[in-house]
Amino acid sequence: MKSDPLIPMLAVVTDVRRDTPDVKTFRVVGTDGKKPFLHIPGQCAMLSMPGVGEALFSITSSPTREEDLEFSIKKCGCVTDWLHAIESGQQVTLRGPYGNGFPVDTDFAGKDLLFVAGGIGLAPLRSVINYVRHYRDRYGSVDIVYGSRSKADLVDYQEILDEWCREDGINVHLTIDNPQPDWDGHVGFVPNFVKELGFDTGKTVVMCGPPIMIKFTLAGLMEQGFPKERIYTTLELRMKCGLGRCGRCNIGDKYVCKDGPVFRLDQLDRLPDEY
Amino acid sequence: MRKLPVARLNELFAAIAAERKLYIPAGDAKTAAFTLWREGLEMTKALNTSRSAKDLFFPQVENLVDFKVSGREIEIVESRDPGESFVVFGVRACDCRSFDILDKVFLCDPADTYYQSRRENGVVVTLACKEPEETCFCTALGVDPADPAGDVTGWTEGEDLYLRANTEKGESLLAGLPLFVEGEKPETDRSVFGRLPLKELDWSAFGGEKMMELFSSPAWESLAESCLGCGTCTFVCPTCQCYDVKDFKTNDGVRRFRCWDSCMYSDFTLMSAGQPRPTQLERFRQRFMHKLVYYPSNHEGEFGCVGCGRCLQKCPISMNIVKVARALGEEAKP
Repeated sequence: MKSDPLIPMLAVVTDVRRDTPDVKTFRVVGTDGKKPFLHIPGQCAMLSMPGVGEALFSITSSPTREEDLEFSIKKCGCVTDWLHAIESGQQVTLRGPYGNGFPVDTDFAGKDLLFVAGGIGLAPLRSVINYVRHYRDRYGSVDIVYGSRSKADLVDYQEILDEWCREDGINVHLTIDNPQPDWDGHVGFVPNFVKELGFDTGKTVVMCGPPIMIKFTLAGLMEQGFPKERIYTTLELRMKCGLGRCGRCNIGDKYVCKDGPVFRLDQLDRLPDEY
Repeated sequence: MRKLPVARLNELFAAIAAERKLYIPAGDAKTAAFTLWREGLEMTKALNTSRSAKDLFFPQVENLVDFKVSGREIEIVESRDPGESFVVFGVRACDCRSFDILDKVFLCDPADTYYQSRRENGVVVTLACKEPEETCFCTALGVDPADPAGDVTGWTEGEDLYLRANTEKGESLLAGLPLFVEGEKPETDRSVFGRLPLKELDWSAFGGEKMMELFSSPAWESLAESCLGCGTCTFVCPTCQCYDVKDFKTNDGVRRFRCWDSCMYSDFTLMSAGQPRPTQLERFRQRFMHKLVYYPSNHEGEFGCVGCGRCLQKCPISMNIVKVARALGEEAKP
């Protein structure tokens, strides 16, 4: 009998890395030790532990990473609590990839890119950023604005310092919410920081973060004159199927799982504000 | 057309049931349901079943897959039932239309194979309506209650049941039953449908183009005000298809199953990061916007309602899609 899209495959966690006090990054391969499937930056996958539950996570690794899939996951519920307690070698189930992903090979090609992320919102953008770094000559300038509550809450901090900050043509702008002794960088919220940095409105904006950050950053970008057609974001709603059927992630005539999670602002504008 | 005296219906059921499972609508008006036929079971006198015929293709609960877990290892055990052929007899035109609506959700790529298997294995025998209820409004949604679709269409006229095969599946069902004589069905009297109180319902205010206008309507507040969030409307609705996927621990493993869920429930969209539909107003609006605007927007204007009237009969506060359609339709008028 034909297998069903709801039936997952087996996968193995090969590495668990602690990023912040409440974020860990998991590396996952198939039972054959290889990367389970190909994906587009911005796409998601369902991870589950039978008996605990199944949940959708964005894939944080770039498709150019050949070894495995990476998921950066914040501890905030049943499935994520369980994931945070496991060690490498643990089997999980996996299905996907789901969603549309960012238009990295079409709309983004040749463009100057401005990434804006807050907290765990970096997870889906890291996939795009590392894809863009891999195919550096296909894109214009790259600016990354990333903020978190504190220095310890910056996800992928080591990779940002060791790799992103050292690369020509990539400007990284980090900020934290409140001053702290071992931080000599910018202090303040992301929306204001983006405003202060005063980017060229010709850039294509790729944004992900908590709703409040998105809301105020967008207001600022609109004020500065960024066109809605060049602002991209990725949504996250509760999902059970990933196929546009269980009904949870329905916003207007779209399903975040299959029509999104990536939307342009002009597309979001014609949808009800239920995200 | 094939013909059989209604008095011999029991023989027909016995002949079908000898070959495969047969479900017929049985029980009193309040609880009528599609029931596995056994000797002596008779068709209900009620016009329609209390719950819709979707149960047979999209059951309230169904197992998806089993797992065995030992230490860090997981084993996936595909444990679903092999599809088996069945016949559902006496489906009304409204419920039959709901299968088209569900098909568009479940059979698009990649198909839901649980639903697909039941659709392929199920033979739908419909029965034309002769005595509709006041709550019926399928005609306002383009359904013809006197000539329903399905693999086989049935009519009772006078003392006889007339059957017409519409598909290969239907033809092969009837061809295997040596009970019929040839006969021409008399012309159906449709005058009763013209007297239905809801036949003039106007749906022109709805559709994908007016999404934001309808979403922002102030009418939702008073419409949703008394909604208890009980979800009865979604459970009896033939087109509601939202579901949940859950695990439970069995004696020797884990079983993953799916069950109906309802957008009327507060935890339907609840996340650790927040609640996009925080009050019953948003949840109420979602259900009706989906049927009247979102679904049509994605499916060439077809509404996600078949006019069966179950929500009119069952809602404990007498709120329903007709009241919603009237309130919003009224408001949309220039």
